[in-house]
Amino acid sequence: MNARLRWRKFLSAFMLTMTGVCALISVSVLFFILGYLVYHGGTSISWNFFTKLPAPVGEIGGGMANAIVGSGKLLLIATLFGVPIGFLGAIYLAEFSGSTTAFVVRYAADLLNGVPSIVIGIFAYALAVLPFKHFSTLAGGFALGLMMIPITLRSTEEFLRGVPKALREAAMALGASKWKTITSVIVPAAYRGILTAILLAFARVAGETAPLLFTAFGNRFWSNGWNQPTASLPAMIYTYAIAPYDDWHRQAWAAGLVLLGLILIINIVARAILSRGIAVPRA
Amino acid sequence: MATTTTTVPSAGPVAGSRSFLSRLRDGDEIARMITFLFAASVVLVTLLLVFELWQGSVLARHKFGFSFFRTSVWDPIFDQFGALPFIYGTLVTAGVSLLIAVPLGIGAAIFLAELAPARLSDALEFFIDLLAAVPSVIYGLLGVFIVVPLMRDYLQPALKNTLGFLPIFQGPAYGIGFLTAGIVLAIMVIPYIISVSREVLLSVPRDQREAALSLGSTRWEATWRVVVPFARGGIMGSTFLALARALGETMAVTMVIGNNPIVSASLFSPGYSIAAVIANELTEATSNLHYQSLIELGLVLFILTFVLNGLARLLIVATSQRGAGMGNA
Amino acid sequence: MKRIAGMLLVVLAVAGVLWADNALSITGAGATFPYPMYSKWFDEYHKQNANLSINYQSIGSGGGIKQVTEGTVDFGASDGPMNDEQLKAYADKHGSGILHFPTVMGAVVPFYNIPGITAELNFTPDALAGIYLGKITKWNDPAIAGANKGISLPANDIVVVHRAEGSGTTFCWTDYLSKVSDEWKTKVGKGGSVNWPVGLGGKGSEGVTGTVKNTPNSIGYVELTYAESNKIPYGNVKNAAGVFVKASLGAVSAAAAGAAKDMPDDFRVSITNAPGKASYPISTFTWLLIPEKFTDTAKRDAIKGFVKWALKDGQGYAESLSYAKLPNEVVAKELKAIDKIQ
Repeated sequence: MNARLRWRKFLSAFMLTMTGVCALISVSVLFFILGYLVYHGGTSISWNFFTKLPAPVGEIGGGMANAIVGSGKLLLIATLFGVPIGFLGAIYLAEFSGSTTAFVVRYAADLLNGVPSIVIGIFAYALAVLPFKHFSTLAGGFALGLMMIPITLRSTEEFLRGVPKALREAAMALGASKWKTITSVIVPAAYRGILTAILLAFARVAGETAPLLFTAFGNRFWSNGWNQPTASLPAMIYTYAIAPYDDWHRQAWAAGLVLLGLILIINIVARAILSRGIAVPRA
Repeated sequence: MATTTTTVPSAGPVAGSRSFLSRLRDGDEIARMITFLFAASVVLVTLLLVFELWQGSVLARHKFGFSFFRTSVWDPIFDQFGALPFIYGTLVTAGVSLLIAVPLGIGAAIFLAELAPARLSDALEFFIDLLAAVPSVIYGLLGVFIVVPLMRDYLQPALKNTLGFLPIFQGPAYGIGFLTAGIVLAIMVIPYIISVSREVLLSVPRDQREAALSLGSTRWEATWRVVVPFARGGIMGSTFLALARALGETMAVTMVIGNNPIVSASLFSPGYSIAAVIANELTEATSNLHYQSLIELGLVLFILTFVLNGLARLLIVATSQRGAGMGNA
Repeated sequence: MKRIAGMLLVVLAVAGVLWADNALSITGAGATFPYPMYSKWFDEYHKQNANLSINYQSIGSGGGIKQVTEGTVDFGASDGPMNDEQLKAYADKHGSGILHFPTVMGAVVPFYNIPGITAELNFTPDALAGIYLGKITKWNDPAIAGANKGISLPANDIVVVHRAEGSGTTFCWTDYLSKVSDEWKTKVGKGGSVNWPVGLGGKGSEGVTGTVKNTPNSIGYVELTYAESNKIPYGNVKNAAGVFVKASLGAVSAAAAGAAKDMPDDFRVSITNAPGKASYPISTFTWLLIPEKFTDTAKRDAIKGFVKWALKDGQGYAESLSYAKLPNEVVAKELKAIDKIQ
């Protein structure tokens, strides 16, 4: 074995080890983040956190009950607004449309997907806040729903298309109309993938802060109904993290843990649903 | 796959031969129209967004024209607005993040695609996808409480002592600034680079690899000189995707960048980014010109991310198709 | 499954509608300067009036002015009074005017984080202007050291911190600097949001305090209560009479004494660099910005009720939070002015 070969072999082993190191670094960052959040957030989570309203500035003992409920309301509106549009739009793309329309719609969805969330916030402010002259949960939900549309649409379309032709044609051969085929055969067959898509879209917008700054605004009290400004977990984390009060920092960590925990659980559940699904052979 | 053609009454749209009303009574036609409306609304909303950005910045565009991109002054009192510091800050932080994330990400992707056994690779990919799901504000939280003190007390002084002659490492060590924002962004975009690169690397046909190995190359040589170049387009695409994400990041950046609209050669300097200034100033821009200048910044950001996302997609698709087209074992 | 989902939706919608009608909620936004005071007030007032919640968001005085002009909030708050242009913009948009109601007074203090120094530094107007203009860059500069003989200041670079967004605190600070430094007046000027020559931007008084607290060798300006409650040392400032005064409630009241007697009808007045040996030179009133005309009578009455409470009972909370009570003459004048709100 000559020197050059030894060098090449060494280089190979070395570089491949380095790639392993890169992978290790990347993955350990995640574990570090989780660990740190669990440690700091875990020690700060208390019953107060979940049940109390924010205390006056500088006083300790407040909680984020209104932010938790607020986030829930915002996500509910977002889902009710974004998912039907994405879902039904995807049905159109997968079942009815011609290729030009499909291209245009997909292009628009991809464009919408790539819009930075702060720009979505500007848009929602101009459309859902200024004309109505108040900040509201609806406006915040609108902004988040906009972000859910492209994810839901593209993923649903993919899963609908993945349903094998044989199923469709069997239904048609039995005399079912197109719509009946869709509702009774195709959607149920793709149901796991669609549910996964919705869950992932939900998890994606659950952590968004920037669009909420100009739409849901914030609230130190309970937000009644759907037309008032509302607190939300991500916005509270932001406000509390940059402030000087130690009690607020603790609450920010706790909120971070709750938020991240929620998002990770949804992600894991979504992937579990998908992987356990009926193996749908691709056409 | 056998394809059967069937003609079943009232299946699918029948072109033109029925009157509108009779088509309306057909359940399928209604379904088609309703779903079309929803699909069309996606297009409409996107068009509306672009329109709002364009219209909402009309005053600023007419007043400043192209000098908007060259001026550094951001003065609400004298109504003078220039975008240069924000564009600079956005590009610099994104650039720093890529400098860190691309080598790390590609390295990790190579490991996952070439070396790791399939189960380990899938398991690690699972965790990396979870990293992509962490919201921006949590990165901001970690940035403020972990990265900033680390930068201020350890990394920045160390860089100053060793490489302080370089203009990029000069100036006082605040802890916050371009470099810190770049590092936080790097952590945020690594998952995108890893998962897309891993996929394109996996799609490279086996024969390429095997041909190189059979000609006597070491594993590294086969990977680096044959497989990676084959997937080069897709890897570049992943970089553009990561870049687009880094450009649009708001919360994590605004919490660690220092919020100072200046153009500085030093990475230790505080700066500003487009997304950060919009987040900080939109709700309080009292003069119309101020507000519209912020909208114009939003328009600029939108166009940047739009172009990058488009390029990314082209590259990724082109590379994957190339791999698929050449057959797979 | 579908049936259950459908029923759930109906229940939620109904709950949402019912829930909505129960209590009155008013939204205000603006200054971070009085935020500790206001959050205490609104909390206490809510305890006394359970059906009314006044939601105040501290986004900065600039934000308060803008959002109340846009009509997206019911009232605003600012420590920099609206200028004539902003008043006109409001009137043009709404067809009626907007009123200023001073609520408390406070001091803007230069606070700092210098490792090893807990003493109160003396700052001359030139020193403060020089630091914020970026001309004085080190802590041991003669302009600073000269007024602090006996304290050994380190040769470290000064990290200047200011507000990132439009702020009444900034207005007060720059108003003061414009009065004491011609260079500042011409180069930068006074306003809620200026073109800062140097420094890091913190978001809100909270952000500035957080930044100074975490950044060694930094200096910032913020309302007294933020420095005190976070135990960050703040300096004495030389006033117009040549005395180094420490910010305190008495010193702020002394600064307001002249204005109290000559308060204009619209309550817009500046008390920076006030004459008098005991006056603290960087003092200011802070105002609630309340529209003259309300379409919603319930909201109007609720706000009027709150302002009356704030001017009487509310003042009792001020001192424990390091804000100065309003002079009696001003309170009397305001109580009469409340009737202008229709």
